[in-house]
Amino acid sequence: MGNHSDGSPNHSGTVATAGQNEVEKFQDPGIPPHRLRLADTDPKAAKRAERQVAILFGTSVVGTVIFLVAYFAIDLGDNSTIATIRLQNALLGVGTAFAMLGIGTGIVHWAKALMPDHEVSEERHAIRLEDDRQAAVRIVDDIVEETGIKRRPLIRNTLLGAVALAPLPALAVFGDLGPRPDNKLAHTMWAPQDGKLKRLARDPDGTPIKASDVTIGSAFHVIPEGLNDLHEGKLNEKAKAVVLLMRLDPAALNPSPGRENWGYNGIVAYSKICTHVGCPVALYEQQTHHLLCPCHQSTFDLTKECKVIFGPASRPLPQLPIAVDDEGYLVATSDFKEPVGPSYWERDMHERSNNS
Amino acid sequence: MKALSQKRRHPLAAIALLLMGLLLTGGLYAVATTVNQAKASTTQFSASDTEEGEKLFAANCATCHGMGAGGTHDGPSLVGVGAAAVDFQVGTGRMPMQMNGPQAYKKPAQFNEQQTHQLAAYVASLGAGPAIPEAGVLDEQGDAAKGGELFRTNCAMCHNAAAAGGALTRGKFAPALADVSGKHIYEAMVTGPQNMPVFSDSNITPEGKRDIVTFLKQIEATGSPGGADLGALGPVSEGLFVWIAGLGVIIAFTIWLTSRTS
Repeated sequence: MGNHSDGSPNHSGTVATAGQNEVEKFQDPGIPPHRLRLADTDPKAAKRAERQVAILFGTSVVGTVIFLVAYFAIDLGDNSTIATIRLQNALLGVGTAFAMLGIGTGIVHWAKALMPDHEVSEERHAIRLEDDRQAAVRIVDDIVEETGIKRRPLIRNTLLGAVALAPLPALAVFGDLGPRPDNKLAHTMWAPQDGKLKRLARDPDGTPIKASDVTIGSAFHVIPEGLNDLHEGKLNEKAKAVVLLMRLDPAALNPSPGRENWGYNGIVAYSKICTHVGCPVALYEQQTHHLLCPCHQSTFDLTKECKVIFGPASRPLPQLPIAVDDEGYLVATSDFKEPVGPSYWERDMHERSNNS
Repeated sequence: MKALSQKRRHPLAAIALLLMGLLLTGGLYAVATTVNQAKASTTQFSASDTEEGEKLFAANCATCHGMGAGGTHDGPSLVGVGAAAVDFQVGTGRMPMQMNGPQAYKKPAQFNEQQTHQLAAYVASLGAGPAIPEAGVLDEQGDAAKGGELFRTNCAMCHNAAAAGGALTRGKFAPALADVSGKHIYEAMVTGPQNMPVFSDSNITPEGKRDIVTFLKQIEATGSPGGADLGALGPVSEGLFVWIAGLGVIIAFTIWLTSRTS
């Protein structure tokens, strides 16, 4: 054991230096001299401390009363406004705070100022003897002997088998917690259904959008038509399928080969789900044609097929190929050609299968 | 420092500390804001308005926008931007611009109402564009719940869910919408000033825009139900407050708990 400071103000924290072979016997420095508090010597100070504790407990009573008054006396009827709710909330909070803090600080102050504060030392238990250890070993040996587990391998082996198999039902039960996502992340609602191309609709009311509605400089928040009719999994589908639709001067767009007909007269649609960690990228600047993700400031350049020009995203936003149907409504000619949103383990595999 | 550490042991120090902490955490409450009333405006322009507007334009705007508002190297063409764009840009003081920069700032309007009206008349005469909204859509009597839904879908990503504004790229920002008149909010939606996209009537119907203005005016009038909103900027201001005030109170209590009474 080393010579360490006991934390008392009477000793410095310096460790006594001694060579490895000449360990000095450590002298117990003992408990530092007891210092009396003001309240221990002066009855007036003790009386004052007593009053302070009482005041703190009294504060708690006042806090409780404030809470009860605020709860019962403030009318939250039909005529109340948000200001009334705000006043009640504030009083409930202040009341609770005083009620709790009054008791807590009162008890602490009581203990610190008035309760006896003389130091007490407690001795460690004696270190256990070799005899005790031997006794424990004998108990284990007895168990092995009396159960006869060494002599009866049949019992031992069946027990091992039973214990090994017992957790298997848990696997089945935990498996029921949710289906495997399989390739659900790779597909969205935009895929044509029964040969019918999905129309682009306004978020949130779900009305289809005509190409002529989209004026230059516009930005539409888009969901697939029919999304609002889903009874189940609507939010899951929406989370994958949301799209931002914008129109700019066709000359400003620079489509790469094979993507020339993915837009219509300067109208383009891009997934709103950031390829970094999936925040909705919808901050569109109509003059610079930048799309900004509010979470980590990834910036995408719409004129370069939403290439990342700043921030942590590693891939461009996926583009939704669109066209116009017979009635002039915008439709998606296919699903996204790659999985939308952030990276996941099987993404590369899904991307290859989407394109094949 | 010495005086301070001695006062720390003062019998009232604990109570003073406690009061300070409570006041800091619970004492800040938003002051009720006043509501701007949208002014009714007429979209009727007389020939003399247009004539006067042309003179004002030549004197104040043509340097950048060119004679005849055809646009120059320094400013865009104003043909077809409509009366609403002029009423917004000039009415909020953004135009005439103080200097070129990432964004034109809101400042005290440089022209009075009549001059703004005349300028709008002149620019509207150059080509068809969005008109100044009628009083009917600015009555703030729409469906605030529907307006809130539209706002959260179309506007909140830039202007913040509590309409407190937010940062864009390279020095640009979406302004806070409190204290903006309903007319100017409506005009911004139909014209798409600066980097804001256009929300034409075919995207959000006039009825929907009326709902949005109603919603914005309602949240402005009722204030934050949760007390002090700390700028409604989310985790930045709230986190800063908790780190400084919350941890400060905890540290103060810890010091008090482990200190020795005199």
